Amino acid sequence: MSDSNTDVIQGTLDMLILKTLSLEPLHGFGIARRVEQISRDVFKVNPGSLLTALQRLERAGWLDSEWRQTENARRAKFYRLTRSGKKQLEIETADWTRRSSAIARLLRQEG
Amino acid sequence: MSLWRQLTYGFHKLVHHRAADDEAADEVRQYFEDAIAAGEARGLSTEAAKRAARLELGNMTVVREEVRTYGWESTVRTIGSDLRYAARQLRSHLGFTVVSALTLALGIGASTAIFSAVDPILFEPLPYPHANRIMTVWTSGQGARSELSFGNFQELARRSHSFESMTIFEPWQPAMTGGAEPERLDGQAVSASFLQVLGIAPALGRDFQPSEDVFGGPKVVIVSNRLWQRLFRGDRNVLGRPIKLDGDNFVIIGVMPRSFDDVLSSSADLWTPAQYDTRQIEKDFATPAWGNHLRVAGRLRPGVTRAQATEDLAQIARTPWPEFARPRWASMRRGLIVDSLQDDIAHAVKPALLAVLGAVLLVLAIACVNVVNLMLARSEQRRGEFAVRAALGASRVRIIRQLITESLLLAALGGTLGLGVAVAGVRALVALSPPGLPRVDAITVDSLAFAFAFGITTLIGVLTGVIPALHVSREDVQPALQQSSRRTAGGHAWTRRALVVTEVALALVLLVGAGLLLRSMRRLLGVDPGFNTAHLLTLQVQTSGHQFDDPPSAPGAGENIRRRFFRQALEAVRKVPGIEQAAFTSLLPLSDDPSWVSTYGAHFENDDPQSGHNVFRYAVSPGYCQAMGIPLISGRCIDEHDTATALPAALLSESLARSQFPGQNPIGKRLHVGPWNRPWYIVVGVVGDVKQTSLAIDEPDAAYLSTEQTWFADDTLSFVIRTRGDAAALAPAIKNAIWSVDRNQPVVRAATMDTLLAVTNAQRTFVLILFEAFGIVALALAAVGIYGVLAGSVVERTREIGVRAALGASRGNILTLILRDGMRLTAFGILVGICAALFASRALATLLYGISYLDASAWLGVIALLTAVAGLACWTPAWRATRVDPSVTLRAE
Repeated sequence: MSDSNTDVIQGTLDMLILKTLSLEPLHGFGIARRVEQISRDVFKVNPGSLLTALQRLERAGWLDSEWRQTENARRAKFYRLTRSGKKQLEIETADWTRRSSAIARLLRQEG
Repeated sequence: MSLWRQLTYGFHKLVHHRAADDEAADEVRQYFEDAIAAGEARGLSTEAAKRAARLELGNMTVVREEVRTYGWESTVRTIGSDLRYAARQLRSHLGFTVVSALTLALGIGASTAIFSAVDPILFEPLPYPHANRIMTVWTSGQGARSELSFGNFQELARRSHSFESMTIFEPWQPAMTGGAEPERLDGQAVSASFLQVLGIAPALGRDFQPSEDVFGGPKVVIVSNRLWQRLFRGDRNVLGRPIKLDGDNFVIIGVMPRSFDDVLSSSADLWTPAQYDTRQIEKDFATPAWGNHLRVAGRLRPGVTRAQATEDLAQIARTPWPEFARPRWASMRRGLIVDSLQDDIAHAVKPALLAVLGAVLLVLAIACVNVVNLMLARSEQRRGEFAVRAALGASRVRIIRQLITESLLLAALGGTLGLGVAVAGVRALVALSPPGLPRVDAITVDSLAFAFAFGITTLIGVLTGVIPALHVSREDVQPALQQSSRRTAGGHAWTRRALVVTEVALALVLLVGAGLLLRSMRRLLGVDPGFNTAHLLTLQVQTSGHQFDDPPSAPGAGENIRRRFFRQALEAVRKVPGIEQAAFTSLLPLSDDPSWVSTYGAHFENDDPQSGHNVFRYAVSPGYCQAMGIPLISGRCIDEHDTATALPAALLSESLARSQFPGQNPIGKRLHVGPWNRPWYIVVGVVGDVKQTSLAIDEPDAAYLSTEQTWFADDTLSFVIRTRGDAAALAPAIKNAIWSVDRNQPVVRAATMDTLLAVTNAQRTFVLILFEAFGIVALALAAVGIYGVLAGSVVERTREIGVRAALGASRGNILTLILRDGMRLTAFGILVGICAALFASRALATLLYGISYLDASAWLGVIALLTAVAGLACWTPAWRATRVDPSVTLRAE
């Protein structure tokens, strides 16, 4: 387990965040936990990278944030996808699909 | 959109940086608490959950820093803190800061100011369209440039194919009457094409027409913007209005633009066609049209080079055509000189300006060397600090950025002060500038020169500030930390010593220049002008008006009226209380009177008809020699008996008498001064030689005549008045005395002889003051350099000195040790400097008077001065070394 690579693939963290937030608004730890759950612990999210990525996406206008109560009655900063964030997610998803299927084809040919 | 959000978010975070920091910290803490809570939810104890979270997520502080420093505004904040730290550093090392900032300010300011002053004269194109096509033309007379006659100009203008247009110009100083006080104006008499040659048209009205430049043509003037504003307050209806000049009504036909700068005569306020009489030009050579007194300029056709024009004119000069007459004195057989206008106007001042420019570049070089030296010394002291910071985890980039910030802050400080120095310097230069310096109005602080000086000093400062830091951060921290406590000699000692030697050498070069100029000035001021300059007031009066014209019915009547006016004015002046003696002369020594106008051929009886001397002709009143204090060598002076009906009398200068009549008595000999068809003048006395144009020039041949016995009555005479007290204070009373005779005659110049003397020396004084100022700066900078290096070396050698003292070295021994070290550097610098100065001072040779550039006392004096100042600079560190207490130093290790 500790030997296997759990780093998020370079350049895909933004897309993963956008995808996660397209389901419902979440706070930082919630996003990390959701990414790990859905990827079945293939990816572990580094908190420093995640929190700076959230700032970056917010400044790009793809996310909004507000401080709200969590379900266990604590205050946390919740992030929500904006309309242009949705558009960005579509663009990135399409791009990713195109590239990953290309890579998959190449790998198949190799085998 | 995104950029906008970047900016607004960034600014928001900058302004509310504390709240933003808190929010980031909250978010991170929340994240960790969530992680711990999640662990507890999995059934871990609080302690175990905390440990697991820390293991999984890493150091919370690091994460917080990562989040906090996201975004461009964080860089701004780092720079801000760098600046604050740098300012604190500079404040806590005030000595270093003040010396460095002053060094930079002086280097930047002085070089900017000098370059700003020199640029419009030597380098900047003149303010005319295609100015490089404007040429001036001279005849060559005995190797020097000399003026042309109108006859020659006419021939050149008609025959030459190189020029689009050509013009003559000569000074024209009409007296303007009709105002409150009569006034002399400065102007030029020119050809109709004058403004076409310069390429500037009047802003208001029109240019001259060729039909106006004919003998007896209409009297028209174009005025400068300056005069238009002063006399007519900028009234646009001024065209066609009359202005009374020399008793005639001139019509104003044009006003020049405000930006027009007449570099051929910067004080000119009005221009009029010269209107030479060309009707008899082929037959009658005894007319003003054949006098060699005109300057000529021309605008080349496009594509024609100066060399082609020179060849064209040389061809014309070589091959006379029968239809163009040439009298003997206007034969052009010595050839013609074609010079670009730009070089022409800079001709007289170029050596002085280049010398000053060279001097200021030396100052800039010394300033740069000093900055390098100071920066190296500073980083030497800070090796320990850098090592500590590196050990605490500061990255190399971070340390270098900090150093660059410090260097830039220092450079900004020096640059700001330097700008102040430059502004003040330019103002001082304009105030100090010698009369006759062209284009003074165009001198302003040159931003390019400032940028250059600022850029180069900043670059050097930053580079030398950073290089040692690269060194420090590259090497292992350990030895640097040890070194900082051990205080052994640093690695840059050799470099710094070389720098000090350079500084001393450069300073010596400058000081030798200053010393030579100073000695030369002393020599010059020690020259006897041949008369007594103290308590001597001079007033020049220019008669104007038609009452002085000769009516055709009575030739000579106007001249007599002119003579009578001056006689009566002199009588009135002599009645003013406070006056000892008063007289007048047609030519005033050491004034800016154009001396070539008063130069005549003297021809003695029994001389070979081909030979002749050029002499200054002084037409004087009785009592002139006494009033001036010119000593009488033999015979008598001009007196009241030398009237129009008496035998014409002349005085000779001592040199003229001696060269003409060696071993004989000149009294009673006869001569002509000027035309030969007049009665002989009989020599009645010999007087001492007088300096006419400048103290530096020997032109001793002179003849003095009585104004009553000259073949024409001079229209402009200078009164010379010996006073009992302050000469300048009597000027108003004397003016009123002259105006009591005729209130329409302008007094065009009132100045004490001491003032005139200062003016003739102004260019030398100007260069001398600058060299002295730069020399002092160089001396101070060199002293700072020596002091800095030696003080550093004493600190570094504290241990060695302690050991020496413990082993029994006396204070005297230690003092000698350090002094010898400093003086060895000085001696080496002086040696190098002597070699450099031998080359550099040769360039000053043309500016020196009466001494060679190898003048021993100037060189020895300067070397002694430099040695003494260096000795003083060495003394303090050496004395400090003797106070080293061996027990303290040794125990400290």
